[in-house]
Amino acid sequence: MSASYFDVDGTLVSTNLVQPTLYYLINQGTPVQSALRVGRALLRAPSMAAAELRDRRLFNELLYSAYQGMSEDRVLILAEEIFSDVIRPSLYPFARSLVASSLANGHRVVLISGALDCITKLLAEHLGAHEVIANRLEFKDGIATGKLLKPVVAGPEKARLIREHAKNNGFDLNDCYAFSDSYSDVPMLSVVGHPAAVNPDRRLALLAKAYSWPRFDLTDLA
Amino acid sequence: MSHPCVVTLERDSAPRVLFAGDRLIEVDLPAGTRCIYPKPPLAALQDPLAAIRFALNHPLDSEPLHAKLRPGMKLTIAIDDISLPLPPMRRPDVRELVLTAVLDLCADYGVDDIEIIVATGVHRRMKANEVRHIVGDKIFHAYWPNRLYNHDAEDPNGLVEVGRTEHGDVLELNRRAVESDLLVYVNISFVPMNGGHKSVAVGLCNYRSLRSHHNPQSIRGSDSYMDPARSQLATDIGRMGKLAHEALDIFTIETTLNNRMFDRSLDFLMKNEDDLGARERAMLRALVVSTGKLPQSARQAIFDRFPAPYGMTGVYAGATEAVHEKTLERCFEQYAVPIEGQADVLVMGIPYISPYNVHAFLNPLLVQVLAQGYLFNMYRGVPLVKRGGTLIITHPCTDKFDHEQHAPYIDFVHRLLPETRDAVELRERYEEKFARDPALIQMFRTGHAYHPSHPFFMWYWGENGRQHVGRVIVVGADNEYIPSLLGYETAQNMDEALYQARGGQARSLDITLLHVPPIVMGDVSAGAAPRLASGNGS
Repeated sequence: MSASYFDVDGTLVSTNLVQPTLYYLINQGTPVQSALRVGRALLRAPSMAAAELRDRRLFNELLYSAYQGMSEDRVLILAEEIFSDVIRPSLYPFARSLVASSLANGHRVVLISGALDCITKLLAEHLGAHEVIANRLEFKDGIATGKLLKPVVAGPEKARLIREHAKNNGFDLNDCYAFSDSYSDVPMLSVVGHPAAVNPDRRLALLAKAYSWPRFDLTDLA
Repeated sequence: MSHPCVVTLERDSAPRVLFAGDRLIEVDLPAGTRCIYPKPPLAALQDPLAAIRFALNHPLDSEPLHAKLRPGMKLTIAIDDISLPLPPMRRPDVRELVLTAVLDLCADYGVDDIEIIVATGVHRRMKANEVRHIVGDKIFHAYWPNRLYNHDAEDPNGLVEVGRTEHGDVLELNRRAVESDLLVYVNISFVPMNGGHKSVAVGLCNYRSLRSHHNPQSIRGSDSYMDPARSQLATDIGRMGKLAHEALDIFTIETTLNNRMFDRSLDFLMKNEDDLGARERAMLRALVVSTGKLPQSARQAIFDRFPAPYGMTGVYAGATEAVHEKTLERCFEQYAVPIEGQADVLVMGIPYISPYNVHAFLNPLLVQVLAQGYLFNMYRGVPLVKRGGTLIITHPCTDKFDHEQHAPYIDFVHRLLPETRDAVELRERYEEKFARDPALIQMFRTGHAYHPSHPFFMWYWGENGRQHVGRVIVVGADNEYIPSLLGYETAQNMDEALYQARGGQARSLDITLLHVPPIVMGDVSAGAAPRLASGNGS
């Protein structure tokens, strides 16, 4: 038996990490709270943009600091709304058939994402995926601290998590598959025997061509 | 007395000009070498549309098409894909002409629930511009993309089980075709292995159904697969085809073409080099020099640019088997040249195109398909080369693949062939796993890649040639690695290749050159051997 590891944002859905976060910030208890949170997030935007260019992990940590002070039950309730209003409509037309193809082969299907676990789990249920490896917010007394629990799922850490997952489940990495859209996921693509570039960005498309990795779009028929 | 298309070289004969991929090269072959040239093109039908209408109204073993039509019925028309003819023909493609006649008839009889399916089987999806080229602008604009589309052999909801043969093989076909009141199949029988039961049973099926006959055993049992009467492949597909005919109402329309692959200005490419006039010799020389100097992308662009001026030589309609019998007669009339005796050495120039690389580079696996597959199989009777004989081919065998169309081929050549060249082992150990690769399946379904099972089938396609021929020597390979992966030896030039074929001894060999393209087939009898070629090369 082997596994298929799917990145989520940009690979299976057209959204990125920022859109659900914005949804959370806009949908606070009062308009004033929402305005304050959005304002604070905007102030952090330049540092986040710089972090995105330098280090995916740092970007994630800055982004999720915007959740500081949110209650756990609000995060969970809004997760369902975000899934139905933001994520599900953004699913690429052929995402479901790609996941179904892995399931039909008897693969363990794992979604590995920098997004929050509560949202990614809903997507996994929707697609029939077996497991989720995603970021988890730290809560103290039911309130988000704005920090992520370790390990932070991003960049090269995804490769380590896949290795660990395969080892714990007895999968031979040479027989495993990984799918991503982003050059930042090259480490995770490189640890499996069957990497594939899905809706790839320019740098990943070039790399995939050089290494003869399968490349395809899930957006529409070519 | 030998056929006019069979020429024996003399000491003062001109060099022969052979394809080596998208280059033309001159080679000196020893006196006594027997060269087999294509027959001149048969005359094309003067009024193809009238001939098509006549065929529809005077079918073989069937009611006329109009008698099968009624208002409100569900009609599906399936058409052959881009794999033939080669290269794609000049517009109007014969499929456009046949479709026009059929659709006109449907309009007259009030049939409007019509869908047209490109019967790609596990070939790549055709692009919109390619479909438009073969069906014409009018039909394209009226039907594409909702009522004119590619068959999807991996659509879980798009296929339906038709039944099982007495051998237990499952046939699954395109759901729309199966659920239609009538299926009309529009074929081009470019070579004798095309058409017949293969059209529906292969063009509209899936991998699971193909496995029953696209395997090493079916190819090994085919002597040759261009001779349906002695082809295990045709027999195995025929079983599936009969099953399809029991479940579906199928009206078959088959067409044949002449072999006018080149425009009249390039006619000399299919002539005996000794018979060329001064102007033709100069043009041939210019082609040899220019294809030698131009970069590969420019050569490919040139060959892609000019569709072939094929002419339709026959059209038959009605019941599949009756129709195909007529089609085959016409095919052999164009291609078959009587040949007496087998050769020790068969020389072939490998061209730039095969059914599986239209608008793409002929990758190493497809070189193998042409050498030990299609061209080796261009015979009826006995093979052109003796068992254990030598095949000499001219091709650079460049390690290059089209990353879109031939994505699954890359892993097959670079990951699997270093493990084994044994077709049975490849099938047993790797085929099913490969064929289900989710990424490659996605490239097949939504991109323009061949199905991941296809490189396996391509390897099996060379299986009877591989079993029969003792050795293959490549002249002009630009690397050693690919020929060694394919199990081939290499030689710098034809003299060296012939020296290797002689085993380093000064003995005479029966040498035959198959001068392709265009297509030529040998009706080979095992009788008297050809005149021996002289002991030394050149």
